[in-house]
Amino acid sequence: MVTSDDGTTAQRGQGWPARLHVVTGKGGTGKTTVAAALALALAAGGHRTLLVEVEGRQGIAQLFERDPLPYEERVIATTPGGGEVRALAVDAEEALLEYLALFYRLGAAGRALRKVGAIDFATTIAPGLRDVLLTGKVKEATTRTDDHGRRVYRAVVLDAPPTGRIGRFLNVTAEAAKLAKMGPIKTQSEGVAALLRSPMTSVHVVTLLEEMPVQESVDAVAELRGLGIPIGKLIINCAHAELLAGVRKVTQAELKRGLVAAGLPGDRATVVGLQEQAQAYLSRQALEAQLREELSEIGRPVAELPLLPGGVDFAGLRQLAAVLGAV
Amino acid sequence: MTPALDVDVLLADPTIRIVVCCGSGGVGKTTTAAALALRAAEKHGRRTVVLTIDPARRLAQSLGLTELDNTPRLVPGTRGEHGELNAMMLDMKRTFDEVVAAHTEPRRAAEIFANPFYQAMSSTFSGTQEYMAMEKLSQLRATEHWDLIVVDTPPSRSALDFLDAPARLGRFLDGRMLRMLLAPAKAGGRSMFNLVTAGFGMVSKAVQKVLGAQLLSDLSGFVAALDSMFGGFRERAEQTYRVLQDPQTAFLVVAAPEPDAVREAAFFASRLGIEGMPLAGLVLNRVHGMLVEMDPEAALAAAKELDGVSDLTADALRVHAALAAQATRERAVIEGFATEFQHVPVLEVAAQATDIHDLDGLRAIFS
Repeated sequence: MVTSDDGTTAQRGQGWPARLHVVTGKGGTGKTTVAAALALALAAGGHRTLLVEVEGRQGIAQLFERDPLPYEERVIATTPGGGEVRALAVDAEEALLEYLALFYRLGAAGRALRKVGAIDFATTIAPGLRDVLLTGKVKEATTRTDDHGRRVYRAVVLDAPPTGRIGRFLNVTAEAAKLAKMGPIKTQSEGVAALLRSPMTSVHVVTLLEEMPVQESVDAVAELRGLGIPIGKLIINCAHAELLAGVRKVTQAELKRGLVAAGLPGDRATVVGLQEQAQAYLSRQALEAQLREELSEIGRPVAELPLLPGGVDFAGLRQLAAVLGAV
Repeated sequence: MTPALDVDVLLADPTIRIVVCCGSGGVGKTTTAAALALRAAEKHGRRTVVLTIDPARRLAQSLGLTELDNTPRLVPGTRGEHGELNAMMLDMKRTFDEVVAAHTEPRRAAEIFANPFYQAMSSTFSGTQEYMAMEKLSQLRATEHWDLIVVDTPPSRSALDFLDAPARLGRFLDGRMLRMLLAPAKAGGRSMFNLVTAGFGMVSKAVQKVLGAQLLSDLSGFVAALDSMFGGFRERAEQTYRVLQDPQTAFLVVAAPEPDAVREAAFFASRLGIEGMPLAGLVLNRVHGMLVEMDPEAALAAAKELDGVSDLTADALRVHAALAAQATRERAVIEGFATEFQHVPVLEVAAQATDIHDLDGLRAIFS
């Protein structure tokens, strides 16, 4: 990959060949942030991408400090060179109405269905049906073309359900087939399943270097592999800068010497405090090294995003996007 | 000034019979619940059971939870003379099956178990886990065997789901659609889709077209079978909800000092107030403290000077600066909560260098 002097790559996003990027991870690992950063990264160089959420959390709106997103694709960020990120919050009920109107010309009946609570009912009693509708919409956006047959979106990035539910969410055929053995729902779910199992799709797992998220990542990858769904990258979020490399023991004598050399107070409390903090850091580091090892054993490329000291604002998102774009 | 939360006062109080740990996912709820239960058993001599929802594997092992059998098991290795600690993991599907079996005659229960809609709903219905956690709680309480029941709540995206799910299930069971599906069954088994009522004819046509006839017959079968237990379901959900409002129940909101988790905790705290449910306090996990009072800017400046002179000290100062920055961020988040909820007692639990997965680790949390 060619990297220009200002750190931008000539061909950004080459490390992300899929068209549909599904971003999952344990709750609290920063899935939404990573999904947004990836959508930004893939929009660099004048491309258009779509960032989708499906869980009604309005996480994208919160991240971009916007009002709640409607069921509509809206520009949420632009990138230099005329690129843009659009965002969409898919709502199962709206997706069903759209689907009925589009394929069955059931506009009025659809509204009647909503009135008697049928849609709420159907999506409540059979979450598999709801997932077919949600993933169906994602598929439609991923494969949508304009009048000239060009793809509308270079890439679609899905802020997906967490690792605990991702297998079931993406395994739509099986779930829907249990309920619908024929008919349009079945056809729809088969189309979605085919896309999700093709090289067009890539599922990326976001994790922190903590025990539970790593364990869940390992489990989720095994589950998805079992379902034949392609795994993309493992993304370590909030990685710390590596300090005290190669240090095994933090000695008080050396700390005291250093503090005095720098003109800082070298009293016992300061020395002991710094020593304890450094030792705790080293224990953490050892645990993180072990977790990195567990992740590398999965056998997929690992990307690392730095911990942003100031939290994630829009500038921070751009920073993360630059890291992902250079992968 | 925010009052301090003293878990020992709470755990020693014989009138407190249920402690519910709530909070968004990834904040250490399960660990907190296990640590509280262990302390209640060992230090306060109470016969305690902790109901965990989805414990990390090694934590589960340390609690002796090697299999998911939906029954409390004595935790090996607990100390103390009077109390005992039992632990269990919720098996959502099995709990649902138990409820069905308890409210239905065997033949009907078998029909329900075989129905694909029941199978989907009992394992995937959003809210089933919450409902079943409450169901399990009321079962445990009904035995009158336990001095104290500590409940971990499901890792839902929002802490509020735990409160809302049972009501949602109730609404669903009461819903108009369900009534409509049931009406023909009650009227002698005619299919609802022969009903030609204004508006509904169009609906049924739409439903039939999209879903197909087989799916509809399964659905009607499921709804008819469930009808026999509606009353039981709703009654129990309401009963458990009342238990949660009882002064014998204490809610603890668990959070980590991060903006999202604390925002959830704040939502939850306000909601408990509205519901008249007793909030005992906020447990803040993984709070970073500093052992050295040194300005982080000064530490970083000195670190730069010391590169090549004492690399060890330079990096130790950088470790300190990073820690100080984190502590400052966390402090701001914590104070934001304290300003809004001045009356809510708070307990800060220091971040551990490594994750907790044995009884000693659990003991250390509140000591």
